[in-house]
Amino acid sequence: MVACFSWFDFAVPLCYLCSTVFRKPNPSSGVPIYVQLKEQVRHAIETGAVSAGDQLPGIRSLAETLVINPNTVIKVYRELEQEGVLEIRHGLGAFVTSRRRRRSKTEEMRDAQQLVREFVETLKAQGLDEGEMRRLFEAELAGEFQRR
Amino acid sequence: MAAVIETAELKKTYGKHEAVRGLNLSVQAGSVCAFLGQNGAGKSSTIKMLLGMIHPTSGTGRVLNHRIDKEKESLLIRQRVAFVAEDKRLYDYMTVAQIIRFTRSFFPSWNHALESRLLEQFELPPERRIRQLSKGMRTKLALLLGFARGCELLILDEPTEGLDPVAIEDVLQIVVSLAAEGTTIFFSSHQIAEVEQVADHVLMIDRGQLVLDAPMDEIADQYRHIQAVFPEPVEARDFRVPGIEKVRTEGRTVSLLASHNVDLILEHVRMLHAGSIDVLPISLKEIFLEKVKARS
Repeated sequence: MVACFSWFDFAVPLCYLCSTVFRKPNPSSGVPIYVQLKEQVRHAIETGAVSAGDQLPGIRSLAETLVINPNTVIKVYRELEQEGVLEIRHGLGAFVTSRRRRRSKTEEMRDAQQLVREFVETLKAQGLDEGEMRRLFEAELAGEFQRR
Repeated sequence: MAAVIETAELKKTYGKHEAVRGLNLSVQAGSVCAFLGQNGAGKSSTIKMLLGMIHPTSGTGRVLNHRIDKEKESLLIRQRVAFVAEDKRLYDYMTVAQIIRFTRSFFPSWNHALESRLLEQFELPPERRIRQLSKGMRTKLALLLGFARGCELLILDEPTEGLDPVAIEDVLQIVVSLAAEGTTIFFSSHQIAEVEQVADHVLMIDRGQLVLDAPMDEIADQYRHIQAVFPEPVEARDFRVPGIEKVRTEGRTVSLLASHNVDLILEHVRMLHAGSIDVLPISLKEIFLEKVKARS
């Protein structure tokens, strides 16, 4: 065997976050992968999976674990930096910014989750199956997205 | 960003058959660009022209700033570009280890670490003769030889054909790794799902002509499928609005494929007194089928 020092050594994901917090985006959902990943990062922060000051996975390891284009990860980190959610420290990586608002946002999301849960229960009681609900949600969201 | 591949009105005819009919391509440095098309759409002919393996009938192009139609320059292209051909042709009488050693000797920037990692990951038996390899193993070996060359541009013709899902995911992961290092990747494929996963730009050709040239994000952002039901029967000519790529009508219902301008299209549809309007996201596969069907 040839040399065992490798640029791949640190590519083998060290980051536990990559596989536990982030899921592989669904490329055929019609929602751009960068939007899906952005939502995932936001969700991770809102649910407290990562908190203020935590470091997010490196561009390369996240791209490799999710098997998505690294430019997509760069785009997501950059946009979240502009939105003040992340802070990019040169040569170090991306970190979650500390903001007070987080707490209330977490609660907000928890309440919303409860509402969605109840809503889904109602639809289920009316006899709609998962596919039908998904279609209605997607059509509604796509419409909402377009109207804006 | 600079273009690493550029063509202008590139044409190739074989006898009376026009395989490539005036292609204007541009692939930016650092991108993972997918090249889609049906069998016989002109993908392989285009790739061979880019590498100077066949001469264009007319038109011109540049790869890494070398002219593709000048013999001396195209030699430089083949030195600087790693290419994995569709047929994965290899020397049958060599063993896996021999062909790796043989190929390695031509390329000073050979990536030894990647070579050993892939040998292990792909489970390639070093001592086995190539003629005794399965189709999937041949493909993996050909990809190993291409990936390990350490080139700034990698051109792959149907890289994952004949591979099982696990191997496909492995290959895509390597594509992603190389892209993270700054390698530009241009690959043709029928596997739309894998394209959606890793590509950041899509070029689609049909019958030798470009039918789609767009960033992946833009496609997911802007392409929509619109379905509407009207009180009266409607006809295709009622839907001449910029952004509508395809119209299909059936009695009082219409189905539209929109590439942009969705707001205005919806306004137009409402003005025609549509009773119900649905706007649905659309996958690359559906776009592909629409684009190709539209012309056949």
